[in-house]
Amino acid sequence: MSADTVKKFISFDALPGFLARVAETGTVYAPRREGGAVVYRPLKPGDAPELGARPTESCKHVVFPRSETLFSFDLKAERPALTESPEPGPAVVFGALSCDARGFLAFDPVYNGSGTGGSARDTYYLRRRSRTLLVVKACKSALNTCFCNWVGGGPASPQGADVLAVETEQGLVLDILSEQGAAFAESLPAASEAQAGAALAAVKAVEDSLPGAAELSAAPAALASLFSSAEFWKNESAHCLYCGACTYLCPTCYCFNITDESDGLSGVRLRSWDNCMSPLFTLEASGHNPRPNKADRLKNRVGHKFSYYPSLHAGRFSCCGCGRCIKSCPSSVDIRKIVLDAVKEAANV
Amino acid sequence: MSIQDELKSAIKAALPDLSCVIGWGAGPEPLRAAPLFIRGEADLQNFSAGFLSVNNPALYLPALKGSKVGVVAKGCDARSVGQLATETLIIREEVHVIGYPCEGVIDVDKVAAALAGVCEPGEVGALREDGDNVALDTPKGEVRLAKKDIAADKCGRCIFPNAENADVFVGIRRAPTVVEDAYADIAAFEARGTEELKAFWEKEMSRCIRCYACRNACPLCVCRDHCIAASREPHWIGQTDDVPDKLFFQVIHAVHLSGRCTGCGECERACPLGIPVLKLKRALSRRVENLFGYKAGIATGTPPLLTFNIEESTIKERDW
Ligand code: SF4
Ligand code: SF4
Ligand code: SF4
Ligand code: SF4
Repeated sequence: MSADTVKKFISFDALPGFLARVAETGTVYAPRREGGAVVYRPLKPGDAPELGARPTESCKHVVFPRSETLFSFDLKAERPALTESPEPGPAVVFGALSCDARGFLAFDPVYNGSGTGGSARDTYYLRRRSRTLLVVKACKSALNTCFCNWVGGGPASPQGADVLAVETEQGLVLDILSEQGAAFAESLPAASEAQAGAALAAVKAVEDSLPGAAELSAAPAALASLFSSAEFWKNESAHCLYCGACTYLCPTCYCFNITDESDGLSGVRLRSWDNCMSPLFTLEASGHNPRPNKADRLKNRVGHKFSYYPSLHAGRFSCCGCGRCIKSCPSSVDIRKIVLDAVKEAANV
Repeated sequence: MSIQDELKSAIKAALPDLSCVIGWGAGPEPLRAAPLFIRGEADLQNFSAGFLSVNNPALYLPALKGSKVGVVAKGCDARSVGQLATETLIIREEVHVIGYPCEGVIDVDKVAAALAGVCEPGEVGALREDGDNVALDTPKGEVRLAKKDIAADKCGRCIFPNAENADVFVGIRRAPTVVEDAYADIAAFEARGTEELKAFWEKEMSRCIRCYACRNACPLCVCRDHCIAASREPHWIGQTDDVPDKLFFQVIHAVHLSGRCTGCGECERACPLGIPVLKLKRALSRRVENLFGYKAGIATGTPPLLTFNIEESTIKERDW
C-alpha cells in the first residue's frame, strides 16, 4: 500500500447500507458462510459480507461462470435460429483476496488475445471481465497453506485490484487504485491521516509476518527437464485422487469444455469448467488418451503453472499462491512440495 | 512398545513381500496428515497412525490390483477392504491388512467451528496430543479441545474400530463405541418431511462445484473414470450449474453405493464445500440393512442390490 494514493474510509456499521446502494446498479458478490464453507454469493441487501474467514472458493466464477450459456439454437424452424445470450450486467466482488485478483492476471493474456496478436479474443470472458470491479480485502495473516509471496504477490498486494480494503479497528480504509474504483467509492469520506496511518501499519505488519519466500526461478527449467521422468511423477501423484477440487477452487485454472444441451433440434450451447485432472480431459475421439494416468495429469497441472505458462507469458507463473488446492485437497497434495521436489530432483540429475 | 513402533515393525516385516504399504505421514499443515506410500524402510520415518489418520487407504487398492500391497487400516478402512474383496474388485490375497485399535479421527470442520472467533484452522501452528485432548497453538494462544468434541461423526457410531479382517493386528482390541448403528441421525433428518428436505438439498447443492471429490474419494466407486456424470457420449447429465444436474449425480452415487457403502464418510469429508452428501448414502444403507440384513464390508457375498432372489425372504410380495 502506497502512502500516495487516495484513501477513503467506511465504518463496519455503514458497510451493509453502502453495499446495498451499490447493489442497486449491479450485482455485489461477497463472501458468505454456508455450512463449513465460505462462498461468494450475491449479497442480500442489508447483509454484511463475511470478512473473518477466507473464502473456500475463488471468485473466478464471477467472470468465468462455472457454466455459461453461449447461445441458444433452434434448428426446427425454416431458418435455423441462433440467439445470443444476454449481455451480463455490471458486478462488484467485495472482499476478494489479493491472490484472487492476481488470478485474473493469469487469465487475461490467455483470453484477451495478447498471446495471439489480438486474433483470439474471448468476448464472453472479456465482457464480464471489463464489467467486474474487484475490491480486495487485505489479509490480516497468512494461512499455513498460503505462499502468495513465493510467486510475486502478497497478503495486501494491490495487483489486479480496483480498490484495496484494509481493516483497521473502526472500519475499512479503502485504497483507490483505478478510475472505476474511484467511482465506486465516490460517496465515501476521505480517510483521516490517523486512519490511513493505521492501514499502512496493518499492511506492513501482515507483510512482515509471512515466512520467507522459496526461490522458484529454477522451477520452469526443472519441470521441463522432468517431463519424461515417469518415476518422479508416479511418486508425487501416488496419493492424488484426481478429482477437480484443486482446479475448480483455483483462481488461475481457466480450462473449459463446450457442450450442446439439446432437446431434439433445439437447445443451448454451454461452456463449462473442465479440469486437467480428469481422464476425460484429453480423451480423444479415437479412444486414445495421451494422459492415461493421474501421474501424467498431475504433471500437466504443475508443469503448466510453473513451466509451460511462464515460458509463454513473460515468466509469470500461472499460480497466485492462494494455497486453496493444498487446503482443500482431500488427499493433502501440496503443490509447493512438488515444485520444490522437482527443483531438487532436476539439480541431482 | 508403543502402537506406533509396533505398527512400524509390522510394516517393516511385511515390506519385503509387498510393492508398498499405504499408511499416513505428515501433511501440509498441523491439523492434516497425508496418505503415505511406504516403499522402503526409509519412508517409515515419516509414518504415524492416530487421530489425524483420516484418509481411507483402501481407496487406492483397485488401481493397484495385480500387485501385492499392504494397508494400515482403521476399522472403517478395513470394512472398505472387505467390501472391495467380496465384490472381487480387489483380490483379497493380494492385500496385507495391518490393523490397530482405532480411537477415532479428527474432523477439521469441527475444529473450525470450535475455533470460531479465535482463528481459522489454517492458522493453527501446531497440534499436540495429550491423552483425550489436543492442544492447538493459535495466534491467540493455546486452545485445548477434547478429542471427542472434534472427532468425526462416524467415530461416535463406530461398531468396528478394530479392523475385523486384519492379517496382522497390533495393540489391544478396543471396545466398540456403540453395538449397533441405530441411524437415529437419519431418522430425525427424514422426519423433517419432503418439502423441508427438498429445500435443504436445494440450498446445499447450490454451492456444489461439480469437482467430484466426493466420487473420487469413495473407495467403492470404481467406475469413476467412466462416470456417466462426466461422459458426453452418452450424454446423461447436463453440464449446467443448476441444482437438478448436481443433485442428479449425488442420487446416482448414492444409488450405485446402496448396499455397498460402508459409511466410511470419505465422500463427505472430501467435499471442499462441506455438502453433507453422506446423509444420502446413510439413508439408503439404513434401508438395505433393515431389509436384507446386509452390513457392507462385514457381510460377504454379492451385495443384495446387485442381485435378486425370486423370493426375498424379507420382502412380502404377495398376500399368500
Ligand atoms: S495452483 Fe493452487 S495455490 Fe496456485 S493458484 Fe491454483 S489453487 Fe492457488
Ligand atoms: S469410524 Fe471407527 S474405525 Fe473409523 S476412524 Fe472412527 S473410530 Fe476409527
Ligand atoms: S459413498 Fe461415501 S461413505 Fe459410502 S463408501 Fe463411498 S465414500 Fe464411503
Ligand atoms: S465434492 Fe462437493 S462440490 Fe465436489 S462434486 Fe461432490 S458434492 Fe459437489
